[in-house]
Amino acid sequence: MTKKISSWDIVNIARGPYRKTSLDYIDNLFEDFIELHGDRLGYDDKAIVCGIGKYNGIPVTIIAEQKGRTTQENIERNFGMPNPESYRKAIRLMRQAEKFNRPIITFIDTKGAYPGLHAEEHGQGEAIAKSMLTLANIKVPVINIVIGEGSSGGALAIGVANKILMLEYAIYSIISPEGFASIIWKDSSKKEKAANKMKLTSKDLLNLNVIDTIIKEEKEDSDDNFMKVIARIKKELDLSLEELMKLSPKELCYHRYEKFRKIGTYKKEKVN
Amino acid sequence: MTIESIKKREYPSSNKKSNIDIPKGKWLKCPKCKEIIYRPTFVKSLNICPYCNYYFRITCKDRLKLIIDDGTFKEFKLNIETTNPLELSEYEAKLKKEKEKTGLDEATLSGIGKINDNKVVIAIIDSNFFMGSMGSVLGEYVTFSIEESIKRKLPLIIISASGGARMQEGIISLMQMAKTTCAIAKHNEEGLLYISVLTDPTYGGVTASFASLGDIIIAEPGAMIGFAGPNVIKQTIGEELPPGFQTSEFQLKHGFIDLIVKRKEMKETITKLIELHKGSGIIDKKN
Ligand SMILES: [Zn+2]
Repeated sequence: MTKKISSWDIVNIARGPYRKTSLDYIDNLFEDFIELHGDRLGYDDKAIVCGIGKYNGIPVTIIAEQKGRTTQENIERNFGMPNPESYRKAIRLMRQAEKFNRPIITFIDTKGAYPGLHAEEHGQGEAIAKSMLTLANIKVPVINIVIGEGSSGGALAIGVANKILMLEYAIYSIISPEGFASIIWKDSSKKEKAANKMKLTSKDLLNLNVIDTIIKEEKEDSDDNFMKVIARIKKELDLSLEELMKLSPKELCYHRYEKFRKIGTYKKEKVN
Repeated sequence: MTIESIKKREYPSSNKKSNIDIPKGKWLKCPKCKEIIYRPTFVKSLNICPYCNYYFRITCKDRLKLIIDDGTFKEFKLNIETTNPLELSEYEAKLKKEKEKTGLDEATLSGIGKINDNKVVIAIIDSNFFMGSMGSVLGEYVTFSIEESIKRKLPLIIISASGGARMQEGIISLMQMAKTTCAIAKHNEEGLLYISVLTDPTYGGVTASFASLGDIIIAEPGAMIGFAGPNVIKQTIGEELPPGFQTSEFQLKHGFIDLIVKRKEMKETITKLIELHKGSGIIDKKN
């Protein structure tokens, strides 16, 4: 309240070790959540959690990037950095949601897709592209919530949605501020300057029309405050679902197309 | 994020009016085998080293000549210009330098042309300009090309050569991945043919969007293709990468491309593929 929060401060909040993760939201937003595993191609990557639960009594499919809450869990979940198999599991669950006409709710919270040997051998780029392609044409409503760090294609892979909600102190960017600084200034220590330049806060993204709604957060971390945020998310989810469930499958796809079609900044040249 | 280690490769010519018929200087050195190449021989061999078969990167104009029938190309002109959404002075300066270096306004050339008499929509990305990175203007041209291909029910050919999304335009560049992918999704629904050609280098946000979504994916021999750049991976895993990592041959072995086609056989192969798709597709999806 006293001091204005900078974009770099927000980066640190979004990455904070005690920041709530996808499973914390899932536990409080959905009833009867059941996690479903595996890509049916030989793997079960744990950086993305998928499953079915009920939201206000309606079955929904949940696809969520999950950071670990303990060191042990972080190792298991590869610090929330998906390998291609996570996206393939997500794609399987998207198709299943379509078959059973369930809305899809996705949660973004990742430093990015994992840049490893295995990931490249197993087509990280293809997996991300296919995940976006699948969401682009899916015949059910898709709502995306950016809850923590949303970095690069690894985040966007599950972000091609009809509605994008974003927590006030989450970030969403093309690359980490460190990565940005090392590309632009050849100096990753200029991360603070980068963060303040990159337009990665919820406010910036609303101004750029990349997201639809900001979910207000509380300054202090407490159980009560978390439940206030949950209530605000519920309110927005209600509104979004009500609006989207009126649309036909064709209209839903068109809605998504129009949303992303408009994004771009360029100036019209004078025609001579 | 991928660019540093990919940059090293050289271009045969970076003259403003680059043209395969008018070489600049008589000799050049192959960056791979270090042999000195006599330029006329080199031009005849389609900018390929006659000693070691190294494929030099070529400009979009040269690429167009290798694929499209002479005199049939009509360029898309959208009259849009790259802006500086993050207000980075470094971006302004770099854009200016890239424009002077290449004589291009952006890293792309797209339009309608014929390939052995088959009308197609073609979009080419030029790694000569800003490492072919995808910002708003490139994203718009690619999306427009996909939409024109839908509107005119023509096969779509996209030839990629890109370091990935353009960092300097921030999140808006990232969103071009979603925008182009949504357009490809629509293209799929129409039952139209999309041939994606991957050339050196294809990385990052381009690999992770339209470039990986062709009905048929072709690569030139020895091209570097991947998602994360080799340096980033090396840093992450803390060890040397195996030889041949992220080459076209690696991608073929791992099942991510359909075939590798030599530069001189590219036009004939694409022609055959288009002809094999004639009379198919274009499913009526009314209702
Ligand atoms: Zn050579």
